Amino acid sequence: MATLTYRDALNHALREEMQRDPNVFLMGEEVGVYQGAYKVSRGLLDEFGPMRVVDTPITELGFAGVGVGAAMVGLRPVIEFMTWNFALLAVDQLVNSAAKMRYMSNGQVGVPAVFRGPGGSALQLASQHSQAFESWYAHIPGLKVVMPATPADAKGLLKSAIRDDNPVIFIEGEMLYNIKGEVPEGEHVVPLGRADIKRQGSDVTIICHSKSVGVSLKAAEQLANEDVDAEVLDLRTIRPMDTEAVLNSVAKTHRCVVVEEGWPFAGVGAQVVDTIQREVFDELDAPVLRVTGADVPMPYNKQLEKAAKSDPAKVVSAVNQVLYRD
Amino acid sequence: MPTNVVMEALSPTMEEGRLVEWKKQEGDAVAVGDVLAEVETDKAVMELVARAAGTLLKHIVEAGATVPVSEPVAVIGSPGDDTGEGGKRGGGEAGAGQRGSGASGEKDRGAAGQRDSKESQGTQPSPGQSRPVSMPPAPPAGAATEHRPSPESPSGSKDNGVKSDSPAPARDQQAEPRVKASPLARRIAAERGVNLVGITGSGPEGRVVARDLEGVAAKAQSSTAPPPSRPAAQPYTDVPLSQIRKTIARRLAQSIGPVPTFYLTTEVDMERIWEARQAQLALSGAKGAVGKLESGEGGRDVSVSFNDITIKAVALALRQHPACNAWWQDDRIRYWNEVHVSMAVAIEEGLITPVIRHADQKTLREIAAESRDLAGRARERRLKPEEYTGGTFSVSNLGMLDIDEFTAIINPPEAAILAVGRIGQKAVGHEDAVVLRRRMRLTMSCDHRVIDGATGAQFLKTLKGMLENPLTLVW
Repeated sequence: MATLTYRDALNHALREEMQRDPNVFLMGEEVGVYQGAYKVSRGLLDEFGPMRVVDTPITELGFAGVGVGAAMVGLRPVIEFMTWNFALLAVDQLVNSAAKMRYMSNGQVGVPAVFRGPGGSALQLASQHSQAFESWYAHIPGLKVVMPATPADAKGLLKSAIRDDNPVIFIEGEMLYNIKGEVPEGEHVVPLGRADIKRQGSDVTIICHSKSVGVSLKAAEQLANEDVDAEVLDLRTIRPMDTEAVLNSVAKTHRCVVVEEGWPFAGVGAQVVDTIQREVFDELDAPVLRVTGADVPMPYNKQLEKAAKSDPAKVVSAVNQVLYRD
Repeated sequence: MPTNVVMEALSPTMEEGRLVEWKKQEGDAVAVGDVLAEVETDKAVMELVARAAGTLLKHIVEAGATVPVSEPVAVIGSPGDDTGEGGKRGGGEAGAGQRGSGASGEKDRGAAGQRDSKESQGTQPSPGQSRPVSMPPAPPAGAATEHRPSPESPSGSKDNGVKSDSPAPARDQQAEPRVKASPLARRIAAERGVNLVGITGSGPEGRVVARDLEGVAAKAQSSTAPPPSRPAAQPYTDVPLSQIRKTIARRLAQSIGPVPTFYLTTEVDMERIWEARQAQLALSGAKGAVGKLESGEGGRDVSVSFNDITIKAVALALRQHPACNAWWQDDRIRYWNEVHVSMAVAIEEGLITPVIRHADQKTLREIAAESRDLAGRARERRLKPEEYTGGTFSVSNLGMLDIDEFTAIINPPEAAILAVGRIGQKAVGHEDAVVLRRRMRLTMSCDHRVIDGATGAQFLKTLKGMLENPLTLVW
């Protein structure tokens, strides 16, 4: 087991997949000469050359479209967005081309592309560059949405995403690139659509993904000091969602809090809650609560930004409510 | 276009209703939500309210009539609308069309179902889930769940839309109160056959949650009411402490020692018991004085003491007041379905409380024989542990030592003890005269965590009644 950063785990996944399959190539802004805006693609230009590590102009709609076209004719592009905030310009290609092609061609033409980059907020990047868009893409039939929270999952899920025959929206965490974790050596593949219990518990299920996994684990530690045994379930793939894992956990604990970074309205948690109340209504001992980002454009002010984000204290408070401990 | 007013299912089990009184007369203007009539259901008298606005054109049935659910009882419309046959059958052309679609009993269910569709769609009607906004429960089977336009009403959807805004007349007040409970608690309750009514919820706004059902036995009774007095297969029923019970326990214990005790005293007229006992002694040939043992063959002729009589009466009274036949168990109260009376016996080193088991089911003679035996062996220190443990209520008697009355200390975990004083003649008012009567004072010490004042008082009242009417002890 090697200890890697999330950034290097992604790098390893790209390198291994590019070594394995000559159809895999990387394209995006600053991915080549600059070695990646976040250095995820470090060393790849040297190893694979400019035909497979392609620097693009600042043209998100354009290179996303090139990626869709390349995928339609048999290549396996990995399209890097410097952040998902910039990918708003490419939404037409993602939603109207990538997601629809297989359906509208009656299955004749698929789009086996991965669109990846960091999502969510970092620190004081203000309203336009601090957005969590996973629920947007998860809304679209035809797209898969993957959000790893750990280095091991980052590597294993990116490899699966590249091998998947459908367009995959792969959202990384800007604040996660530097976290370290153990990553299995060699071929390490994490299947899409499979959640992971990051912490076993019996009193309450905390469902989360991406950065909120760390938030939830911290909350679980605090709760453990208060004799509350929280289970932390990392969705890992937002769509297709691992409904079975969610339901099994809730059926075990009877109480649930869903944590996410994004806005509350029609967020990922709303979908999770809907599933839970429909499928395991009789297992619930309390309403399912959600912890989300505040329903405002992300403030630039440091204190306001902090207040707008979900954090362990908010998770602990929600857990106390569903446990009727207040 | 006139609209029929139908008999609505005002309780989940209602199949017909008796129209007690019309509150709106023919010609009266009615608004949606107005009370049209009082209807007696299988449970209570409730109000039938208007679902449409207009003029009450016609009473189809008179007050006093019993009408099946869904049958029309009146017509609301505009003055001048045809209410003759049309009113009864749904009115006009559309009514004719509906006649073709089903029997008259069915025909109004479209309207009823439409009004209730919000209730019935996708949800299972369940008792106890009736909503505060009291639309009637779903009509009987066959009710339409889709929004079928009603020929009688000007516009089905309008009618439906109005309903949700209409003020909620208190029509479910008589029905079983809605219990707030989590889905899990409801499931557990259903599995165990526990009625949630009466269980105190510890969740927000009194929501019953799973933890409130911990320890609630299967088949627990429908409320915190004491368990049934008939002998049950299970010797006792554990009832978890409700919030109020917890508060009472905590606060009273803070106030007075570990067992917050209060005392109730009553005076019993023992004249008739006295006579009965004298007669019995005479019949059995006993010559002895009060309390003297006349041992005969096989204990048949054991004389029955006042203490034995008191024990028997206590046991029978406990049957009627199981709330006093209980143990404090810290996190719950154990209501015994069996009656085991401890009797305090003074011995050299102190005292001990041998137990007359199932005292309520034993005859006076059996109790007398057993109490003699137990008391004798108690003084000889030859009791087995199981013979002096497991009592559910204690009786302590100092009457033979000429004590008028006293307070006894509760023998935990029992919740009460009865202190019995001497029987002595007193001048009392009796049948409009001051006469000498034999009287006995009883003082009951109660653990306030288990027994409240009124609960104990009711028990004492029953006990007094039994002692003053000795026949109740043998019947």
